[in-house]
Amino acid sequence: MTPRRARLLVAAVAVAAAALLVAAGMQGTLTFYRTPAEVLHDPAPAGQRVRLGGTVVPGSLRSEGGRTRFLLRDGAAEITVEQSASLPGTVREGQDAVVEGVLDAHGVFRSDTVMAKHGNEYRPAGPGEAADGGAAR
Amino acid sequence: MPTSQPTPLLGGRRAAADRRTVGWAGAGLGAAGLVTGLSVAPTDAVQGPAQRLMYLHVPAAWTAYLAFFAVLVSSVAYLAWRDPRWDRAARAAAELGVGATVLTVVLGAIWGRAAWDVWWAWDPRLVSTVALAAVYLGQLALRWTHGDPARGARSAAVLGIAGFALVPVVHFSVVWWRSLHQQATILAPRTSPPIDAVMLAALLLCLAAATVTGAWLFLRRLAILESHTEPRTAGEARTESCGEARTEPCGEARAEARADSYAEARGGSRAEARGDSHTEPCTEAGVAGAAPAGERSAPARVPAR
Repeated sequence: MTPRRARLLVAAVAVAAAALLVAAGMQGTLTFYRTPAEVLHDPAPAGQRVRLGGTVVPGSLRSEGGRTRFLLRDGAAEITVEQSASLPGTVREGQDAVVEGVLDAHGVFRSDTVMAKHGNEYRPAGPGEAADGGAAR
Repeated sequence: MPTSQPTPLLGGRRAAADRRTVGWAGAGLGAAGLVTGLSVAPTDAVQGPAQRLMYLHVPAAWTAYLAFFAVLVSSVAYLAWRDPRWDRAARAAAELGVGATVLTVVLGAIWGRAAWDVWWAWDPRLVSTVALAAVYLGQLALRWTHGDPARGARSAAVLGIAGFALVPVVHFSVVWWRSLHQQATILAPRTSPPIDAVMLAALLLCLAAATVTGAWLFLRRLAILESHTEPRTAGEARTESCGEARTEPCGEARAEARADSYAEARGGSRAEARGDSHTEPCTEAGVAGAAPAGERSAPARVPAR
């Protein structure tokens, strides 16, 4: 590698790294999600996308006509989430999830992306409990 | 660090055979770890079969941490003693670390798709891990930005030391910031990690396998870099060209690789001939098989040992 080419490569890597950090800043990486209490007490400007994270309240999950509604709770507050697409199979009641979207005027969170957040516990399925499904905690 | 003794696993007659032993140990541990992880360990209750990616993803990340630690140590040693061998060690370790980091991100993306339902998220650990790979990619390239290889090696060593500051950032990103990643399970301040004992055994086995395999890859790469290094005098160089023929089984154009040496790279323009193709297809067997013969016929090609 010539010094010239090496300098170009170093410059390209530096630009890519800077772009990554700028994008991360714009995407709110350092606060990957906000809790329901934070979103309710300090709402983002109307129409601004935020990520909301909490526990899917057991018994709240309803699916009808390609839409899914559930409650996300953080212990202090809860928000109704309406997901426009069907829910990924990895999201389950009683587990944490992070949703992306906007809070509408009626206090319903309209989300288009749902990410399941799993814990740091790893264990086999107990008796009468199917692995990878319906594992109530 | 000037020394007259051959470096274990790198210099001396038995080095290649010893390296192979390390390689086989890594392969054996890896086979045991994969069998344990893929069939003996139970399926995770919550994540199902996707959790088994842990037995690859976590060891890959661990290997990257270790490799970057080796870059740190080698870089400090290079700045202290200015011995080009430390620079080559830092380079071999950085290459391993970047490779392991890329592997970690790719395996993590697959696991993320299965467990989170997304390939990528602007999660602090993901962003910091990609930044880590970028820093060490830049560190590798920085070595050649100067016409003078010693100055290039010095810059690379400085970045090799500074870059290590990102490793704790990556590791503790899940603690310091809200993340889609879960908290640490093993390197966590708890006496009983929340993981099934058989799963833990499989993970520890895979971590051991990754450590040994990483060490083997590092040593093998370092041996190749050393074998491409030119002796310092013209007389030795002539002996060298005879000795070089022995490595033909690697099917490489040695003339390109020779420009890698500091003596020649000083010319600047000759370094341009250095292709990347001179390393990868070279099998350990090719180097190892030929090494004892080479050391007998051309003892001068292991300079300053």
